[in-house]
Amino acid sequence: MNKTPMVEADRVSKNFGSNQVLKGISLTVQRGEVMCLVGPSGSGKSTFLRCINHLERVDAGRLRVDGTLVGYREKGDKLHELHPKEAALQRRDIGMVFQRFNLFPHMTALENVVEAPMRVKKNQKAAAITRARELLASVGLADKADSYPAHLSGGQQQRVAIARALAMDPKLMLFDEPTSALDPELVGDVLDVMKKLALDGMTMIVVTHEMGFAREVADSLVFMDGGVVVESGVPRELLANPQHERTKAFLSKVL
Amino acid sequence: MARGSVPPIGTDYTVQAIRAVRLRHPIRNIIAAIIIVFIAAFIYDAALRPAFGWPTVAKYLFDRRIAEAAFNTLQLTVYSMAIAIVLGLLLAVMRLSPNPVFMSISWVYLWVFRGTPVYVQLTFWGLLAVIYPTIDLGLPFVHPFISISTDQALNVFQLAVIGLALNEAAYIAEIVRAGILSVDRGQEEASTALGMSWFQTMRRVIIPQSMRVIIPPVGNEVISMLKTTSLVTAVPYSFDLFTRSRDISAETFTPIPLFLVASIWYLLFTSILMVGQYFLEKRFARGVGDVRPDRVTTKGANAETGEIETVVRSTDRPKEGGL
Repeated sequence: MNKTPMVEADRVSKNFGSNQVLKGISLTVQRGEVMCLVGPSGSGKSTFLRCINHLERVDAGRLRVDGTLVGYREKGDKLHELHPKEAALQRRDIGMVFQRFNLFPHMTALENVVEAPMRVKKNQKAAAITRARELLASVGLADKADSYPAHLSGGQQQRVAIARALAMDPKLMLFDEPTSALDPELVGDVLDVMKKLALDGMTMIVVTHEMGFAREVADSLVFMDGGVVVESGVPRELLANPQHERTKAFLSKVL
Repeated sequence: MARGSVPPIGTDYTVQAIRAVRLRHPIRNIIAAIIIVFIAAFIYDAALRPAFGWPTVAKYLFDRRIAEAAFNTLQLTVYSMAIAIVLGLLLAVMRLSPNPVFMSISWVYLWVFRGTPVYVQLTFWGLLAVIYPTIDLGLPFVHPFISISTDQALNVFQLAVIGLALNEAAYIAEIVRAGILSVDRGQEEASTALGMSWFQTMRRVIIPQSMRVIIPPVGNEVISMLKTTSLVTAVPYSFDLFTRSRDISAETFTPIPLFLVASIWYLLFTSILMVGQYFLEKRFARGVGDVRPDRVTTKGANAETGEIETVVRSTDRPKEGGL
Protein backbone atom coordinates (compact mmCIF):
# COMPACT_ATOMS: atom_id res chain seq x y z
CA MET A 1 0.00 0.00 0.00
CA ASN A 2 1.36 3.36 -1.03
CA LYS A 3 2.01 5.48 2.03
CA THR A 4 2.73 8.78 0.28
CA PRO A 5 0.14 11.37 1.34
CA MET A 6 -2.16 12.46 -1.50
CA VAL A 7 -1.71 16.15 -0.75
CA GLU A 8 1.11 17.65 1.25
CA ALA A 9 1.12 21.41 1.72
CA ASP A 10 4.10 23.01 3.38
CA ARG A 11 3.71 26.71 4.15
CA VAL A 12 1.87 27.37 0.89
CA SER A 13 1.49 31.09 0.19
CA LYS A 14 -0.28 33.00 -2.54
CA ASN A 15 -0.47 36.70 -3.29
CA PHE A 16 -2.76 38.62 -5.58
CA GLY A 17 -0.71 41.78 -6.01
CA SER A 18 -0.07 43.13 -2.56
CA ASN A 19 -2.92 41.10 -1.10
CA GLN A 20 -1.62 37.98 0.59
CA VAL A 21 -4.46 35.47 0.31
CA LEU A 22 -2.67 32.40 1.63
CA LYS A 23 -0.20 32.96 4.46
CA GLY A 24 1.55 29.65 4.82
CA ILE A 25 -0.93 26.79 4.70
CA SER A 26 0.45 23.49 5.96
CA LEU A 27 -1.71 20.40 5.90
CA THR A 28 -1.68 16.79 4.80
CA VAL A 29 -4.41 14.76 3.14
CA GLN A 30 -3.92 10.98 3.23
CA ARG A 31 -5.10 8.57 0.57
CA GLY A 32 -8.80 7.90 0.85
CA GLU A 33 -9.25 10.79 3.25
CA VAL A 34 -12.15 13.21 2.93
CA MET A 35 -11.22 16.67 4.13
CA CYS A 36 -13.65 19.54 4.49
CA LEU A 37 -12.36 23.08 4.33
CA VAL A 38 -14.60 25.59 6.05
CA GLY A 39 -14.28 29.24 6.92
CA PRO A 40 -15.70 32.67 6.19
CA SER A 41 -15.65 33.95 2.62
CA GLY A 42 -12.33 35.48 1.68
CA SER A 43 -10.47 33.14 3.99
CA GLY A 44 -8.54 31.58 1.08
CA LYS A 45 -10.26 28.16 0.96
CA SER A 46 -11.07 28.33 -2.74
CA THR A 47 -7.68 29.79 -3.61
CA PHE A 48 -5.95 26.94 -1.80
CA LEU A 49 -8.11 24.42 -3.65
CA ARG A 50 -7.24 26.05 -6.97
CA CYS A 51 -3.53 25.92 -6.10
CA ILE A 52 -3.76 22.15 -5.76
CA ASN A 53 -4.46 21.70 -9.48
CA HIS A 54 -2.37 24.68 -10.45
CA LEU A 55 -5.23 26.89 -11.62
CA GLU A 56 -3.39 29.39 -9.41
CA ARG A 57 0.37 29.26 -9.03
CA VAL A 58 1.89 28.93 -5.61
CA ASP A 59 4.14 31.89 -4.73
CA ALA A 60 5.94 30.40 -1.73
CA GLY A 61 6.13 27.10 0.09
CA ARG A 62 5.82 23.64 -1.39
CA LEU A 63 2.68 21.84 -2.52
CA ARG A 64 2.86 18.18 -3.47
CA VAL A 65 0.18 15.95 -4.91
CA ASP A 66 0.95 12.23 -4.69
CA GLY A 67 4.56 13.10 -3.93
CA THR A 68 4.98 15.31 -7.01
CA LEU A 69 5.52 19.03 -6.77
CA VAL A 70 2.63 21.00 -8.32
CA GLY A 71 3.47 23.41 -11.15
CA TYR A 72 7.25 23.25 -10.72
CA ARG A 73 10.14 20.87 -11.16
CA GLU A 74 12.83 20.70 -8.52
CA LYS A 75 16.37 20.55 -9.87
CA GLY A 76 18.98 20.80 -7.17
CA ASP A 77 17.91 23.77 -5.06
CA LYS A 78 16.22 25.55 -7.98
CA LEU A 79 12.58 25.39 -9.06
CA HIS A 80 11.75 25.39 -12.77
CA GLU A 81 8.32 26.34 -14.09
CA LEU A 82 6.54 23.49 -15.80
CA HIS A 83 5.57 23.68 -19.46
CA PRO A 84 1.78 24.09 -19.83
CA LYS A 85 1.66 20.58 -21.31
CA GLU A 86 3.27 19.10 -18.19
CA ALA A 87 0.92 21.09 -15.98
CA ALA A 88 -2.02 19.75 -18.01
CA LEU A 89 -0.68 16.24 -17.49
CA GLN A 90 -0.72 16.81 -13.70
CA ARG A 91 -4.29 18.15 -13.81
CA ARG A 92 -5.63 15.10 -15.63
CA ASP A 93 -5.48 13.10 -12.42
CA ILE A 94 -7.19 15.74 -10.30
CA GLY A 95 -10.93 16.20 -10.73
CA MET A 96 -12.53 19.52 -9.93
CA VAL A 97 -16.14 20.49 -9.34
CA PHE A 98 -17.06 24.16 -9.37
CA GLN A 99 -19.63 26.21 -7.53
CA ARG A 100 -21.15 27.39 -10.83
CA PHE A 101 -20.96 23.88 -12.43
CA ASN A 102 -19.20 25.23 -15.55
CA LEU A 103 -20.69 22.56 -17.77
CA PHE A 104 -20.10 23.11 -21.49
CA PRO A 105 -23.51 24.52 -22.54
CA HIS A 106 -23.14 23.60 -26.21
CA MET A 107 -22.75 19.91 -25.42
CA THR A 108 -25.25 17.40 -24.06
CA ALA A 109 -24.65 15.82 -20.66
CA LEU A 110 -23.10 12.79 -22.35
CA GLU A 111 -20.88 14.92 -24.60
CA ASN A 112 -19.73 16.86 -21.54
CA VAL A 113 -18.65 13.65 -19.87
CA VAL A 114 -16.88 12.05 -22.86
CA GLU A 115 -15.09 15.21 -24.01
CA ALA A 116 -11.97 15.00 -21.84
CA PRO A 117 -11.51 11.19 -21.95
CA MET A 118 -11.66 11.34 -25.74
CA ARG A 119 -9.63 14.50 -26.36
CA VAL A 120 -7.14 14.36 -23.51
CA LYS A 121 -6.76 10.65 -22.86
CA LYS A 122 -7.51 9.73 -26.48
CA ASN A 123 -9.84 6.95 -25.34
CA GLN A 124 -11.89 5.11 -27.93
CA LYS A 125 -15.25 6.73 -28.56
CA ALA A 126 -17.32 3.63 -27.88
CA ALA A 127 -15.50 2.87 -24.63
CA ALA A 128 -15.73 6.50 -23.51
CA ILE A 129 -19.48 6.55 -24.16
CA THR A 130 -20.07 3.29 -22.29
CA ARG A 131 -18.11 4.59 -19.31
CA ALA A 132 -19.90 7.96 -19.46
CA ARG A 133 -23.30 6.25 -19.40
CA GLU A 134 -22.23 4.24 -16.36
CA LEU A 135 -21.09 7.40 -14.61
CA LEU A 136 -24.29 9.27 -15.46
CA ALA A 137 -26.26 6.32 -14.14
CA SER A 138 -24.21 6.33 -10.94
CA VAL A 139 -25.16 9.96 -10.31
CA GLY A 140 -28.80 9.12 -11.05
CA LEU A 141 -29.02 10.79 -14.46
CA ALA A 142 -29.08 7.88 -16.89
CA ASP A 143 -32.15 9.34 -18.63
CA LYS A 144 -30.60 12.80 -18.99
CA ALA A 145 -27.64 11.79 -21.16
CA ASP A 146 -28.97 13.64 -24.20
CA SER A 147 -30.16 16.77 -22.40
CA TYR A 148 -28.34 20.06 -22.72
CA PRO A 149 -27.26 21.69 -19.44
CA ALA A 150 -29.77 24.51 -19.88
CA HIS A 151 -32.58 21.96 -19.63
CA LEU A 152 -31.32 20.49 -16.36
CA SER A 153 -31.89 21.77 -12.86
CA GLY A 154 -28.93 23.07 -10.87
CA GLY A 155 -28.69 19.85 -8.91
CA GLN A 156 -28.72 17.75 -12.07
CA GLN A 157 -26.09 19.99 -13.67
CA GLN A 158 -23.80 19.62 -10.68
CA ARG A 159 -24.16 15.84 -10.77
CA VAL A 160 -23.24 15.86 -14.47
CA ALA A 161 -20.22 17.98 -13.53
CA ILE A 162 -19.20 15.37 -10.96
CA ALA A 163 -19.58 12.61 -13.56
CA ARG A 164 -17.50 14.68 -15.98
CA ALA A 165 -14.68 14.99 -13.45
CA LEU A 166 -14.87 11.27 -12.56
CA ALA A 167 -14.61 10.29 -16.23
CA MET A 168 -10.91 11.13 -16.10
CA ASP A 169 -10.44 8.52 -13.32
CA PRO A 170 -8.91 11.06 -10.93
CA LYS A 171 -6.99 10.05 -7.84
CA LEU A 172 -8.12 13.21 -6.09
CA MET A 173 -11.36 15.18 -6.28
CA LEU A 174 -11.62 18.87 -5.42
CA PHE A 175 -15.02 20.36 -4.68
CA ASP A 176 -15.29 24.15 -4.59
CA GLU A 177 -18.55 24.93 -2.75
CA PRO A 178 -20.44 22.40 -4.88
CA THR A 179 -23.83 23.10 -3.34
CA SER A 180 -23.66 26.85 -2.70
CA ALA A 181 -25.42 27.79 -5.94
CA LEU A 182 -28.24 25.28 -5.48
CA ASP A 183 -31.77 25.63 -4.21
CA PRO A 184 -32.01 24.08 -0.77
CA GLU A 185 -34.20 21.19 -1.93
CA LEU A 186 -31.62 20.18 -4.58
CA VAL A 187 -28.60 20.12 -2.27
CA GLY A 188 -29.34 16.63 -0.93
CA ASP A 189 -29.01 14.86 -4.29
CA VAL A 190 -25.55 16.31 -4.84
CA LEU A 191 -24.39 15.54 -1.31
CA ASP A 192 -25.64 11.95 -1.69
CA VAL A 193 -23.48 11.49 -4.77
CA MET A 194 -20.47 12.92 -2.94
CA LYS A 195 -21.12 10.69 0.04
CA LYS A 196 -21.24 7.62 -2.18
CA LEU A 197 -17.96 8.71 -3.72
CA ALA A 198 -16.37 9.08 -0.28
CA LEU A 199 -17.56 5.61 0.72
CA ASP A 200 -15.97 4.23 -2.45
CA GLY A 201 -12.65 5.44 -1.08
CA MET A 202 -12.06 8.56 -3.19
CA THR A 203 -9.68 11.12 -1.75
CA MET A 204 -11.64 14.35 -1.56
CA ILE A 205 -11.09 17.94 -0.51
CA VAL A 206 -14.35 19.77 -0.13
CA VAL A 207 -14.79 23.49 0.43
CA THR A 208 -18.28 23.71 1.86
CA HIS A 209 -20.71 25.36 4.21
CA GLU A 210 -22.61 22.09 4.70
CA MET A 211 -21.64 21.28 8.30
CA GLY A 212 -23.92 18.26 8.29
CA PHE A 213 -21.96 16.75 5.42
CA ALA A 214 -18.67 17.61 7.14
CA ARG A 215 -19.77 15.93 10.37
CA GLU A 216 -21.16 12.84 8.69
CA VAL A 217 -18.77 12.17 5.82
CA ALA A 218 -15.46 13.97 6.40
CA ASP A 219 -12.46 12.38 8.12
CA SER A 220 -10.96 15.74 8.92
CA LEU A 221 -12.17 19.29 9.16
CA VAL A 222 -9.99 22.33 8.61
CA PHE A 223 -11.10 25.79 9.63
CA MET A 224 -9.43 28.59 7.69
CA ASP A 225 -9.59 32.32 8.27
CA GLY A 226 -7.51 35.18 6.89
CA GLY A 227 -5.31 32.90 4.80
CA VAL A 228 -4.19 30.62 7.64
CA VAL A 229 -5.34 27.32 9.09
CA VAL A 230 -6.84 28.33 12.41
CA GLU A 231 -7.80 24.90 13.62
CA SER A 232 -8.16 21.38 12.34
CA GLY A 233 -9.27 18.04 13.67
CA VAL A 234 -11.87 15.31 13.60
CA PRO A 235 -15.11 16.97 12.45
CA ARG A 236 -17.33 15.73 15.29
CA GLU A 237 -14.90 16.95 17.96
CA LEU A 238 -14.05 20.21 16.27
CA LEU A 239 -17.70 21.09 15.68
CA ALA A 240 -18.70 20.16 19.21
CA ASN A 241 -15.75 21.68 20.98
CA PRO A 242 -13.92 24.37 18.98
CA GLN A 243 -10.78 25.61 20.74
CA HIS A 244 -10.18 28.87 18.98
CA GLU A 245 -12.24 32.05 19.41
CA ARG A 246 -12.53 32.61 15.63
CA THR A 247 -13.72 29.06 15.09
CA LYS A 248 -16.33 29.46 17.82
CA ALA A 249 -17.53 32.76 16.32
CA PHE A 250 -17.80 31.24 12.84
CA LEU A 251 -19.51 28.04 13.92
CA SER A 252 -22.02 29.91 16.03
CA LYS A 253 -23.12 31.68 12.86
CA VAL A 254 -23.41 28.69 10.56
CA LEU A 255 -24.61 25.91 12.85
CA MET B 1 -60.26 35.20 2.22
CA ALA B 2 -58.13 36.23 5.13
CA ARG B 3 -54.55 37.27 4.67
CA GLY B 4 -52.12 34.36 4.58
CA SER B 5 -54.82 31.72 4.79
CA VAL B 6 -54.87 28.72 2.48
CA PRO B 7 -58.00 27.28 0.89
CA PRO B 8 -59.07 24.00 2.49
CA ILE B 9 -57.77 20.74 1.04
CA GLY B 10 -60.02 19.44 -1.71
CA THR B 11 -60.84 22.88 -3.08
CA ASP B 12 -61.65 22.73 -6.79
CA TYR B 13 -58.90 24.66 -8.60
CA THR B 14 -60.25 24.27 -12.14
CA VAL B 15 -61.18 27.67 -13.54
CA GLN B 16 -62.33 28.84 -16.94
CA ALA B 17 -59.76 30.21 -19.39
CA ILE B 18 -59.89 34.00 -19.77
CA ARG B 19 -61.67 35.17 -22.90
CA ALA B 20 -61.18 38.92 -22.93
CA VAL B 21 -62.09 41.44 -25.64
CA ARG B 22 -58.91 42.12 -27.58
CA LEU B 23 -57.26 45.50 -27.23
CA ARG B 24 -57.77 47.63 -30.35
CA HIS B 25 -55.01 49.73 -31.96
CA PRO B 26 -56.83 52.29 -34.16
CA ILE B 27 -53.90 54.72 -34.55
CA ARG B 28 -51.52 51.93 -35.50
CA ASN B 29 -53.92 50.77 -38.19
CA ILE B 30 -54.40 54.26 -39.60
CA ILE B 31 -50.66 54.88 -39.85
CA ALA B 32 -50.16 51.53 -41.58
CA ALA B 33 -52.89 52.37 -44.10
CA ILE B 34 -51.33 55.76 -44.88
CA ILE B 35 -47.90 54.17 -45.42
CA ILE B 36 -49.36 51.51 -47.71
CA VAL B 37 -51.01 54.20 -49.81
CA PHE B 38 -47.70 56.08 -50.09
CA ILE B 39 -45.80 52.95 -51.11
CA ALA B 40 -48.41 52.00 -53.68
CA ALA B 41 -48.26 55.51 -55.16
CA PHE B 42 -44.45 55.35 -55.31
CA ILE B 43 -44.44 51.97 -57.05
CA TYR B 44 -47.10 53.04 -59.54
CA ASP B 45 -45.17 56.22 -60.31
CA ALA B 46 -41.82 54.40 -60.59
CA ALA B 47 -43.26 51.82 -62.96
CA LEU B 48 -44.32 54.52 -65.40
CA ARG B 49 -41.38 56.91 -64.98
CA PRO B 50 -39.25 56.88 -68.16
CA ALA B 51 -36.00 57.79 -66.32
CA PHE B 52 -35.89 54.36 -64.70
CA GLY B 53 -35.86 52.83 -68.18
CA TRP B 54 -37.51 49.54 -67.27
CA PRO B 55 -37.25 48.11 -70.79
CA THR B 56 -33.45 48.66 -70.57
CA VAL B 57 -33.41 47.06 -67.12
CA ALA B 58 -35.20 44.02 -68.54
CA LYS B 59 -32.79 43.88 -71.45
CA TYR B 60 -29.63 43.93 -69.34
CA LEU B 61 -30.77 42.07 -66.20
CA PHE B 62 -29.79 38.70 -67.67
CA ASP B 63 -27.24 40.03 -70.14
CA ARG B 64 -24.32 37.63 -70.40
CA ARG B 65 -21.76 40.27 -69.41
CA ILE B 66 -23.80 41.29 -66.36
CA ALA B 67 -24.40 37.71 -65.27
CA GLU B 68 -20.69 36.99 -65.58
CA ALA B 69 -19.87 40.10 -63.61
CA ALA B 70 -22.36 39.09 -60.94
CA PHE B 71 -20.66 35.71 -60.73
CA ASN B 72 -17.26 37.42 -60.47
CA THR B 73 -18.51 39.59 -57.62
CA LEU B 74 -19.84 36.53 -55.87
CA GLN B 75 -16.48 34.77 -56.31
CA LEU B 76 -14.58 37.80 -55.01
CA THR B 77 -16.86 37.85 -51.96
CA VAL B 78 -16.69 34.14 -51.22
CA TYR B 79 -12.93 33.74 -51.70
CA SER B 80 -11.91 36.88 -49.84
CA MET B 81 -14.35 36.18 -46.99
CA ALA B 82 -13.17 32.57 -46.66
CA ILE B 83 -9.56 33.69 -46.39
CA ALA B 84 -10.51 36.58 -44.09
CA ILE B 85 -12.41 34.34 -41.68
CA VAL B 86 -9.57 31.82 -41.36
CA LEU B 87 -6.97 34.57 -41.01
CA GLY B 88 -9.16 36.61 -38.67
CA LEU B 89 -9.74 33.62 -36.43
CA LEU B 90 -6.01 33.00 -36.32
CA LEU B 91 -5.29 36.67 -35.54
CA ALA B 92 -7.89 36.77 -32.75
CA VAL B 93 -6.55 33.61 -31.15
CA MET B 94 -3.01 34.98 -31.47
CA ARG B 95 -4.08 38.25 -29.90
CA LEU B 96 -5.49 36.42 -26.87
CA SER B 97 -2.78 33.78 -26.64
CA PRO B 98 -0.44 33.75 -23.66
CA ASN B 99 2.47 34.04 -26.12
CA PRO B 100 3.65 37.70 -26.30
CA VAL B 101 5.25 37.18 -29.75
CA PHE B 102 1.94 36.08 -31.29
CA MET B 103 0.12 38.84 -29.45
CA SER B 104 2.40 41.54 -30.85
CA ILE B 105 2.25 40.23 -34.42
CA SER B 106 -1.52 40.28 -34.30
CA TRP B 107 -1.58 43.77 -32.81
CA VAL B 108 0.70 45.22 -35.51
CA TYR B 109 -1.30 43.51 -38.25
CA LEU B 110 -4.52 45.04 -36.98
CA TRP B 111 -2.89 48.42 -36.59
CA VAL B 112 -1.77 48.49 -40.24
CA PHE B 113 -4.72 46.85 -41.98
CA ARG B 114 -7.45 48.51 -39.97
CA GLY B 115 -5.70 51.84 -39.95
CA THR B 116 -5.57 52.43 -43.71
CA PRO B 117 -8.47 52.64 -46.19
CA VAL B 118 -9.25 49.49 -48.13
CA TYR B 119 -9.22 51.48 -51.38
CA VAL B 120 -5.62 52.52 -50.73
CA GLN B 121 -4.67 48.97 -49.81
CA LEU B 122 -6.20 47.68 -53.06
CA THR B 123 -4.23 50.25 -55.01
CA PHE B 124 -1.04 49.07 -53.33
CA TRP B 125 -1.81 45.46 -54.22
CA GLY B 126 -2.30 46.60 -57.80
CA LEU B 127 1.17 48.17 -57.68
CA LEU B 128 2.76 45.07 -56.17
CA ALA B 129 4.53 44.20 -59.41
CA VAL B 130 5.98 47.72 -59.56
CA ILE B 131 7.29 47.57 -56.00
CA TYR B 132 8.43 43.94 -56.07
CA PRO B 133 8.99 42.93 -59.73
CA THR B 134 9.96 39.37 -58.78
CA ILE B 135 9.01 36.96 -56.03
CA ASP B 136 12.18 35.24 -54.83
CA LEU B 137 12.55 32.15 -52.74
CA GLY B 138 15.87 31.54 -51.04
CA LEU B 139 18.15 32.49 -48.20
CA PRO B 140 19.42 35.99 -47.44
CA PHE B 141 22.69 36.99 -49.22
CA VAL B 142 22.45 33.93 -51.46
CA HIS B 143 21.23 33.85 -55.03
CA PRO B 144 17.54 32.85 -54.85
CA PHE B 145 16.62 29.28 -55.73
CA ILE B 146 13.40 30.32 -57.40
CA SER B 147 12.55 33.68 -58.89
CA ILE B 148 9.22 34.36 -60.59
CA SER B 149 7.93 37.57 -62.05
CA THR B 150 5.13 38.98 -59.88
CA ASP B 151 3.05 39.76 -62.95
CA GLN B 152 3.08 36.11 -63.96
CA ALA B 153 2.50 34.75 -60.48
CA LEU B 154 -0.58 36.79 -59.63
CA ASN B 155 -3.33 38.11 -61.87
CA VAL B 156 -5.53 41.08 -60.99
CA PHE B 157 -8.36 38.88 -59.73
CA GLN B 158 -6.03 37.15 -57.26
CA LEU B 159 -4.58 40.48 -56.17
CA ALA B 160 -8.11 41.78 -55.60
CA VAL B 161 -8.97 38.75 -53.48
CA ILE B 162 -5.75 39.11 -51.44
CA GLY B 163 -6.34 42.83 -50.95
CA LEU B 164 -9.94 42.40 -49.81
CA ALA B 165 -9.15 39.38 -47.62
CA LEU B 166 -6.21 40.88 -45.75
CA ASN B 167 -8.16 44.02 -44.98
CA GLU B 168 -11.26 42.13 -43.91
CA ALA B 169 -9.26 39.75 -41.71
CA ALA B 170 -8.44 42.64 -39.38
CA TYR B 171 -12.13 43.34 -38.80
CA ILE B 172 -13.04 39.66 -38.47
CA ALA B 173 -10.25 39.32 -35.88
CA GLU B 174 -11.86 41.96 -33.68
CA ILE B 175 -15.29 40.36 -34.03
CA VAL B 176 -13.89 36.96 -33.08
CA ARG B 177 -12.00 38.46 -30.15
CA ALA B 178 -15.19 40.04 -28.85
CA GLY B 179 -16.91 36.66 -29.20
CA ILE B 180 -14.18 34.83 -27.34
CA LEU B 181 -14.20 37.39 -24.53
CA SER B 182 -17.97 36.97 -24.20
CA VAL B 183 -17.59 33.35 -23.07
CA ASP B 184 -17.70 32.86 -19.31
CA ARG B 185 -14.24 32.44 -17.72
CA GLY B 186 -15.48 29.40 -15.87
CA GLN B 187 -15.55 27.52 -19.17
CA GLU B 188 -11.81 27.91 -19.63
CA GLU B 189 -11.20 26.91 -16.02
CA ALA B 190 -13.34 23.82 -16.33
CA SER B 191 -11.54 22.59 -19.44
CA THR B 192 -8.13 23.45 -17.98
CA ALA B 193 -9.02 21.51 -14.85
CA LEU B 194 -9.91 18.53 -17.05
CA GLY B 195 -6.36 18.59 -18.43
CA MET B 196 -7.24 20.06 -21.83
CA SER B 197 -4.55 22.15 -23.49
CA TRP B 198 -5.03 25.83 -24.28
CA PHE B 199 -5.55 25.00 -27.94
CA GLN B 200 -8.05 22.22 -27.20
CA THR B 201 -9.90 24.56 -24.87
CA MET B 202 -10.15 27.17 -27.60
CA ARG B 203 -11.18 24.79 -30.35
CA ARG B 204 -13.60 22.57 -28.45
CA VAL B 205 -15.03 24.83 -25.77
CA ILE B 206 -14.48 28.56 -26.24
CA ILE B 207 -14.81 29.08 -30.00
CA PRO B 208 -17.99 26.99 -30.49
CA GLN B 209 -19.64 29.02 -27.74
CA SER B 210 -18.41 32.33 -29.09
CA MET B 211 -19.92 31.52 -32.52
CA ARG B 212 -23.32 32.67 -31.34
CA VAL B 213 -21.91 36.13 -30.72
CA ILE B 214 -19.64 36.06 -33.77
CA ILE B 215 -22.07 35.02 -36.51
CA PRO B 216 -24.41 38.05 -36.67
CA PRO B 217 -21.60 40.62 -37.12
CA VAL B 218 -19.72 38.31 -39.50
CA GLY B 219 -22.92 37.97 -41.55
CA ASN B 220 -22.96 41.72 -41.60
CA GLU B 221 -19.36 41.73 -42.82
CA VAL B 222 -20.14 39.25 -45.61
CA ILE B 223 -22.93 41.47 -46.89
CA SER B 224 -20.68 44.48 -46.53
CA MET B 225 -17.94 42.65 -48.44
CA LEU B 226 -20.33 41.90 -51.29
CA LYS B 227 -20.60 45.63 -51.82
CA THR B 228 -16.98 46.48 -50.98
CA THR B 229 -15.98 44.34 -53.98
CA SER B 230 -17.05 47.32 -56.11
CA LEU B 231 -13.80 48.98 -54.98
CA VAL B 232 -11.61 46.41 -56.76
CA THR B 233 -11.54 48.81 -59.67
CA ALA B 234 -8.61 50.30 -57.71
CA VAL B 235 -6.45 47.23 -58.40
CA PRO B 236 -7.63 47.66 -61.26
CA TYR B 237 -9.99 44.73 -61.73
CA SER B 238 -12.92 45.72 -63.90
CA PHE B 239 -15.05 42.60 -64.27
CA ASP B 240 -17.07 42.90 -61.06
CA LEU B 241 -20.77 43.71 -61.09
CA PHE B 242 -20.56 47.41 -60.33
CA THR B 243 -17.63 48.27 -62.61
CA ARG B 244 -19.14 46.19 -65.41
CA SER B 245 -22.52 47.95 -65.12
CA ARG B 246 -20.81 51.33 -65.09
CA ASP B 247 -18.71 50.47 -68.14
CA ILE B 248 -21.76 49.33 -70.11
CA SER B 249 -23.71 52.41 -69.10
CA ALA B 250 -20.83 54.59 -70.27
CA GLU B 251 -21.37 53.20 -73.76
CA THR B 252 -25.16 53.12 -73.79
CA PHE B 253 -25.68 56.40 -71.88
CA THR B 254 -28.21 54.67 -69.63
CA PRO B 255 -26.67 54.79 -66.15
CA ILE B 256 -29.89 54.62 -64.16
CA PRO B 257 -31.26 51.36 -65.63
CA LEU B 258 -27.85 49.68 -65.35
CA PHE B 259 -27.37 50.66 -61.74
CA LEU B 260 -30.85 49.29 -61.12
CA VAL B 261 -29.72 46.04 -62.72
CA ALA B 262 -26.65 45.95 -60.45
CA SER B 263 -28.78 46.74 -57.38
CA ILE B 264 -31.18 43.90 -58.18
CA TRP B 265 -28.29 41.44 -58.35
CA TYR B 266 -26.74 42.75 -55.11
CA LEU B 267 -30.12 42.45 -53.39
CA LEU B 268 -30.55 38.90 -54.64
CA PHE B 269 -27.16 37.83 -53.27
CA THR B 270 -27.76 39.62 -49.96
CA SER B 271 -31.07 37.82 -49.59
CA ILE B 272 -29.43 34.44 -50.17
CA LEU B 273 -26.72 35.28 -47.61
CA MET B 274 -29.37 36.28 -45.06
CA VAL B 275 -31.03 32.88 -45.41
CA GLY B 276 -27.66 31.18 -44.89
CA GLN B 277 -27.01 33.27 -41.79
CA TYR B 278 -30.37 32.27 -40.32
CA PHE B 279 -29.51 28.58 -40.55
CA LEU B 280 -25.99 29.09 -39.18
CA GLU B 281 -27.36 30.97 -36.17
CA LYS B 282 -29.81 28.18 -35.53
CA ARG B 283 -27.01 25.62 -35.68
CA PHE B 284 -24.89 27.38 -33.09
CA ALA B 285 -27.76 28.12 -30.72
CA ARG B 286 -27.55 24.54 -29.46
CA GLY B 287 -27.94 24.25 -25.72
CA VAL B 288 -28.52 27.94 -25.13
CA GLY B 289 -31.37 30.35 -25.21
CA ASP B 290 -34.97 29.27 -24.97
CA VAL B 291 -35.88 25.77 -24.01
CA ARG B 292 -36.84 24.15 -27.25
CA PRO B 293 -40.12 22.32 -26.76
CA ASP B 294 -39.05 19.52 -29.10
CA ARG B 295 -36.09 18.83 -26.83
CA VAL B 296 -37.86 18.52 -23.52
CA THR B 297 -38.72 14.89 -22.99
CA THR B 298 -42.02 14.10 -21.40
CA LYS B 299 -41.13 10.52 -20.56
CA GLY B 300 -40.07 9.79 -17.01
CA ALA B 301 -42.62 12.40 -16.11
CA ASN B 302 -42.57 12.19 -12.32
CA ALA B 303 -38.96 13.06 -11.62
CA GLU B 304 -38.84 15.35 -14.60
CA THR B 305 -41.87 17.48 -13.87
CA GLY B 306 -41.03 17.48 -10.20
CA GLU B 307 -37.60 18.97 -10.88
CA ILE B 308 -38.79 21.46 -13.43
CA GLU B 309 -41.55 22.64 -11.17
CA THR B 310 -39.14 23.29 -8.36
CA VAL B 311 -36.93 25.30 -10.67
CA VAL B 312 -39.80 27.44 -11.86
CA ARG B 313 -41.15 27.90 -8.39
CA SER B 314 -37.85 28.92 -6.90
CA THR B 315 -37.57 31.86 -9.25
CA ASP B 316 -41.20 32.89 -9.25
CA ARG B 317 -41.84 32.29 -5.60
CA PRO B 318 -42.50 35.50 -3.72
CA LYS B 319 -40.25 36.16 -0.72
CA GLU B 320 -41.58 34.36 2.26
CA GLY B 321 -41.82 36.50 5.35
CA GLY B 322 -39.63 35.73 8.36
CA LEU B 323 -41.05 33.09 10.62
